[in-house]
Amino acid sequence: MTATATTGETMRRNGGRRLVDRVARVRELGIVVALGVLFGVTGAVNPSFLSYASLRDILLNSAIVAMLAVGQTLVVVTRNVDLSVSSVVGLSAFGGALILADHPGVPVAVVIAGCVVLGALCGAVNGLLVGAAKVPALVATLGTLYAFRGIDYAWAGGRQVNAADMPEGFLSLGSRSVLGVPLLALVALAVLLAVGWTLGNLRAGRELYAIGSSPEAAVLAGIAVRRRIVAAFVANGALAGLAGVMWAARFGTVDATVATGKELDVIAAVVVGGVAIFGGSGSVYGAALGALLLTGITSALAVLRVDALAQTAINGALLIAAIVLDRVLALRVAAALRRRRYHETTDPGRPADGR
Amino acid sequence: MDETPVLSLSQVSKAFGAVRAVREVSLQLFPGEVHALAGENGAGKSTLVKILSGVHRPDSGRILLDGEPVEFGGPADAQRAGVAVIYQEPTLFPDLSVMENIFMGRQPRGRLGIDRRAMRASAAELFARLGVHLDPDQPARGLSIADQQLVEIAKALSLQARVLVMDEPTAALSGTEVARLFGVARTLRSQGCALLFISHRLEEIFELCRRVTTLRDGAHVASDLIADITPDDLVRRMVGRELDALFPKQETEAGEVALKVRRLTREGVFTDVSFEVRRGEIVALAGLVGAGRSEVARAVFGIDRWDAGSVEVDGKRLRPASPTAAMAAGLALVPEDRRQQGLVMDLSIERNIGLAGLSALHRGPLISRLAERERARDWAVRLRLKFGRLSDPVNVLSGGNQQKVVLGKWLARRPSVLIVDEPTRGIDVGTKAEVHRLLSELAGGGVAVLMISSELPEVLGMADRVLVMHEGRLVAEIPRADATEESVMAAATGRSAA
Repeated sequence: MTATATTGETMRRNGGRRLVDRVARVRELGIVVALGVLFGVTGAVNPSFLSYASLRDILLNSAIVAMLAVGQTLVVVTRNVDLSVSSVVGLSAFGGALILADHPGVPVAVVIAGCVVLGALCGAVNGLLVGAAKVPALVATLGTLYAFRGIDYAWAGGRQVNAADMPEGFLSLGSRSVLGVPLLALVALAVLLAVGWTLGNLRAGRELYAIGSSPEAAVLAGIAVRRRIVAAFVANGALAGLAGVMWAARFGTVDATVATGKELDVIAAVVVGGVAIFGGSGSVYGAALGALLLTGITSALAVLRVDALAQTAINGALLIAAIVLDRVLALRVAAALRRRRYHETTDPGRPADGR
Repeated sequence: MDETPVLSLSQVSKAFGAVRAVREVSLQLFPGEVHALAGENGAGKSTLVKILSGVHRPDSGRILLDGEPVEFGGPADAQRAGVAVIYQEPTLFPDLSVMENIFMGRQPRGRLGIDRRAMRASAAELFARLGVHLDPDQPARGLSIADQQLVEIAKALSLQARVLVMDEPTAALSGTEVARLFGVARTLRSQGCALLFISHRLEEIFELCRRVTTLRDGAHVASDLIADITPDDLVRRMVGRELDALFPKQETEAGEVALKVRRLTREGVFTDVSFEVRRGEIVALAGLVGAGRSEVARAVFGIDRWDAGSVEVDGKRLRPASPTAAMAAGLALVPEDRRQQGLVMDLSIERNIGLAGLSALHRGPLISRLAERERARDWAVRLRLKFGRLSDPVNVLSGGNQQKVVLGKWLARRPSVLIVDEPTRGIDVGTKAEVHRLLSELAGGGVAVLMISSELPEVLGMADRVLVMHEGRLVAEIPRADATEESVMAAATGRSAA
């Protein structure tokens, strides 16, 4: 092989890899640049934006969305979506808070574990609907979005759990810092790294991308598609459950309406983070950065005294910008590949039969 | 060969509802041998392949692996048993790299999860064994079909496949790509692999294979040694009747210029393409795959924008990049990929035929279902379409009949210029002749036909003139009298300006 590989061949191959690498990295890089601009500009206008307290707040605020975005990415790369996460967060937050308030004897660790299991069960319902019953994810999880919230309302019956009802040891989890970094942000970071490693380095993780990239090919490749999809939903549900307890610990006051509408923020973060909404590509790192960016923008707009109503519009514009960028990138890659193939077929130096 | 077959089918049957797709077919595949599976479209070849690959379970009959009965519960079982299938259109993961496509689910593992370095090395080694150059890190998206097939073959090799089934692998390949694939097939054969090769191109079967099994209407017709039969014998076995004229182009008087393309250029794709097609003429656009033929057709029809030049239909200049304008001017394009571009697979036959000419079916603001059905019935008869009911979705039809539906859809508009891109790709011999008869009749009726084709016999048999493209340029125009395989191929490969 090396004997016949001409310099032209090698160059082209390297060129191909560079192109691919650049496109693969550019999404995460783009968000990092956007973050830099955001913090730079806002900091220049109002230096208090870069103060420790402000940065700590942004980290705290983005931790929960980032964790949900990481979980959502697991589902989205398989060409599915989970709209019900906000209801799972609500259910878990209220359930956890209620147990802590009414049964002070139950250890906090058990409550957290219970919330994770509750979330995983909700995820299993979604996963079975989508993976086994073949209901389109959009419809199935829209249904459970209402169903889970309904259970939440029925359970709460109008009740609200206040910070005073919950043990101090639990609430401090939401505000404590380790080495100056909020604990919740560290938990989100740990989840991010664990999931990122799984997606990149375990066969099961790569298979999720394979399923999203081409479901038919995944079946033919002998991948247990159904089981993987259920697993993705369960993992996402478990993370939503964890996010729910984190919510309760952070905000202290919990009723049945917790996190209503959050699912759209989560999906926005995932899309802004460069995860293809039709599956197959994107990383959890991008999704987490997307969450950080969206939260950062909300905080920055507040600091810059922009009307709260305009914030929503700006988030929307950003989302559209991300999608447009995605399209433009895809088209440019396609054009580059087209040119490359064209040159390849017209290269007289190429060995005719490849041997 | 008197060894035991690696894999054999014994009296296998499979029915879908009332359709008996495969009836008591037996087939034996020996190591170190290429076996051809021949038959018209709808003869049951694809079903048989799907039984071998574990996608379908036979209703009756047995699959024997090394003489032992086995059952394939799914593709994974067949894969484990060493049966690999290369489909005509490979099913890869476009977002993932070549090496991940090869090793999906079986990636080499190191201490820290997947060992990419080992995976890259193994992929490179597989390609070296196949004698081809491919970058293991390249994403599968953007690979040519030929390269995608090589990825699939590398995957089969990595699975230690002992049986390799190739389902019409050459249909979308150019001449050099076919040669490369055959080289790979011979390498695998010499390594003791059993190959099952499916192709509509008889010359390929005779070049590569040692035995041939023929199916007709789902039933086993014959298994012969290639050395014992002639191509004519094989065609007779396939169609069960004599085919006297494969390419019945009638002589016609060329009329006015209907399509005039001048200095058309799309940067990076094709350059300075000029030609004319007259009424009553069939002009073939020949060349290797990737020479830019389909791209010219797409630009002429207004799907892609062109950067320079002009297109005239019946003396009127076309607005660029507007299929609507092209259609209004009397152009019709039957695309290469009928499943993706030509048909709405879930819609019924009548709706598909009606689709390109809805305005003619209006009664007031609404579409008349009656008119739609009448039009469909009319064309179904004229095209000799084989179908159950006009309300059946087109995806139940065989490839050849689907192609007739696409043709019917456009012909119903009574175009003055018809562009057909690979009109008989993946179509059986019998239907092919009917498509050719139809094109010839259309030309006889005064339609200007531009036919893109990679099949030289078709080009030579049908065309009044042959235009040859090479590397995005029109390099030769050869009148019917001078067109030979040699002259066309010489121009297509850029060896001479003919």
